[in-house]
Amino acid sequence: MNEQQRIRRERLRWHSRRALLELDLVMRRFWQSQPELLDDLQAEQLECLLAMEDHDLWELLSGRQEPADPALQGMVALLRQPTGF
Amino acid sequence: MITVRKFDAVIVGAGGAGLRAAIQLSEAGLKTAVLSKVFPTRSHTVAAQGGVAASLGNSEEDHWHWHMYDTVKGSDWLGDQDAIEFMCRKANEVVIELEHYGMPFDRLDNGRIYQRPFGGHMSNFGEKPVRRSCAAADRTGHAMLHAMYQRNIKANTQFFVEWLALDLIRDAEGDVLGVTAMEMETGDLYAFHAKATIFATGGAGRIYYSSTNAFINTGDGAGMAARAGIPLEDMEFWQFHPTGVAGAGVLITEGVRGEGGILRNSQGERFMERYAPNAKDLASRDVVSRAMVTEINEGRGCGPNKDFVLLDITHLPPETIMKRLPGIHEIALQFAGVDALREPIPVVPTCHYQMGGIPTNFKGQVVVPGKRSQNEIVPGFYAAGECACASVHGANRLGTNSLLDLLVFGKSAGESAVDEMKQSPKPHKELPTDAFDRTLERLNRLNTQKDGASVHETQLAMQRSMQKHAGVFRFADLLKQGVQKILEVQKDVERTEIKDKSQVFNTARVEALELDNLIEVAVATMVSAEARKESRGAHVRDDAPDTPERPDGRDDVNWLKHSLWFKDENRLEYKSVNLRPLTVDTIALKKRAY
Ligand SMILES: Cc1cc2nc3c(=O)[nH]c(=O)nc-3n(C[C@H](O)[C@H](O)[C@H](O)COP(=O)(O)OP(=O)(O)OC[C@H]3O[C@@H](n4cnc5c(N)ncnc54)[C@H](O)[C@@H]3O)c2cc1C
Repeated sequence: MNEQQRIRRERLRWHSRRALLELDLVMRRFWQSQPELLDDLQAEQLECLLAMEDHDLWELLSGRQEPADPALQGMVALLRQPTGF
Repeated sequence: MITVRKFDAVIVGAGGAGLRAAIQLSEAGLKTAVLSKVFPTRSHTVAAQGGVAASLGNSEEDHWHWHMYDTVKGSDWLGDQDAIEFMCRKANEVVIELEHYGMPFDRLDNGRIYQRPFGGHMSNFGEKPVRRSCAAADRTGHAMLHAMYQRNIKANTQFFVEWLALDLIRDAEGDVLGVTAMEMETGDLYAFHAKATIFATGGAGRIYYSSTNAFINTGDGAGMAARAGIPLEDMEFWQFHPTGVAGAGVLITEGVRGEGGILRNSQGERFMERYAPNAKDLASRDVVSRAMVTEINEGRGCGPNKDFVLLDITHLPPETIMKRLPGIHEIALQFAGVDALREPIPVVPTCHYQMGGIPTNFKGQVVVPGKRSQNEIVPGFYAAGECACASVHGANRLGTNSLLDLLVFGKSAGESAVDEMKQSPKPHKELPTDAFDRTLERLNRLNTQKDGASVHETQLAMQRSMQKHAGVFRFADLLKQGVQKILEVQKDVERTEIKDKSQVFNTARVEALELDNLIEVAVATMVSAEARKESRGAHVRDDAPDTPERPDGRDDVNWLKHSLWFKDENRLEYKSVNLRPLTVDTIALKKRAY
């Protein structure tokens, strides 16, 4: 990982700190399970999702809504899981 | 190298309290900086759903004096009655103001703000539940932050987003002259040199293992204040929310019980009828939490380990659930794996709210004991919101009173700072030569630490100790051991090591610096809790028996006083509770029953 990628990753990690515990839990699970897998495209998708308002993001990750942009479907699926906390 | 920037006022925190204070300062034309470690509308205030209390009386008769009575009673008489009167009287004003800022409150058919009942809020001095909570669907906190953020943008407040405040700057006379901070994007250090410094950094609920709080609630303001010699008040009092989803901690809002949800034990019994015959499931939070833990301890818990109770909404019409409580269904599904329309939700009392904090008066000015009085003002220093202790919540906060607290005291802290600067204009006091020492020492220690402790492991050790030794029910021997344990954890915090030493956007460093703050709050909590030998509000000791002189173990003769914990030698001092309201009669001490 070069410095650019490291910074991008770190920023994403920080932006995974949310106002809602629900999202913190989902994002922690993500970072624990996908440590090195993030490629540039996935990073971009994650950036889009993390730029959302907390409640809207939670609607998406809890399955109440589907992403408006179908390109985000893959990342949303990765973040979603039914139970297991 | 530290770059100094000058402002009239620096506010640390862009949640409800910080944004409300900033409006006051910027609209008065003062040059105001607001620092936040996350984007303002991602502050924890966003999580608040239940609403904000105000005796508007839109649905039925209500009065600020009844609200005041409920708050004093809720606080188990540890709240200062001047501050409580001030807050309850100001409630309508700040809520209407918020409406004018564009807050989209739920409305009645006649256009007025819709109000719902909430635990502990009663009409006519404790007679029966009253509808006092104003909400914007289940996004009250979120809507509030948006409205206030927009207002700040208009008023030219300068935001420093993803900046981490590190330490308070005080001079030899004890005056506060600003803060040091790190810009996360670059890792560069700055000093914000200001005539007024306002802390609005929120709570520290992450000191516990099981918490409804998001990860961001690390008590930074309390930690910075403690390191700078400011005591922390009433830190033994933590509210456990009765209904955290068992295992995950995620909160199920009290609004669920407001709309008719019922708590049941393993026998299906609505047990709150036994503990609080009038208010039942809507009794004050500590009363409900204690009842739940009693049910569990006496073997009437549910599940294979009998370690939770059930919150039942299956009797409510699905339309009501979906309309008034839209998020609950998903939370239950995601974090408990149950369909709440058909099955009850497993819940346990979970750490939720910090009643104590940086001591202030009702003007939002930070006060400490001094030679002349027990409440001497610290020049230039203000605090509001969950990081502060005014003290309106005393030993136990009522739901919806916290959003009110941050509006009222955010505003009054801002007002006090404006008054001070306008009435006696002075240039900036010079920064002392040692202004940055504490910060530089901390960073240097962290950068050079060898063979140190893991931040993650140390944080877990702290959280587990707090959970085990200072939970809902407290025991003398566990508290004693807890003090030893937490002091050991503190030693590890002093030698945390991070592997990644990079300068730019280093989240490991941020987390280590946050842990420095969490541990101050944890130690303050444990030491203050061990010392308080009575039960009051959220602090419930097994060895404080219920006797006629000491109902529920509350000992007004010896313990009707605020704790003040000083970092220096873990010293405790006490100060008296202000039982004198501003204009009305004292709400006299009596047993707290619902
Ligand atoms: C799930 C949940 C639901 C709740 N519901 C309700 C409710 O319905 N009604 C109610 O009255 N109360 C409710 N509460 C309580 C209430 O939400 C909080 O007490 C309140 O929002 C705290 O607001 P605040 O402005 O003090 O702090 P926060 O909103 O937590 O803001 C803290 C700010 O400080 C900043 N900050 C912190 N440290 C630093 C640092 N070192 N450097 C820079 N910036 C920093 C953060 O970035 C943030 O902007 C709820 C709490 C929870 C957990």
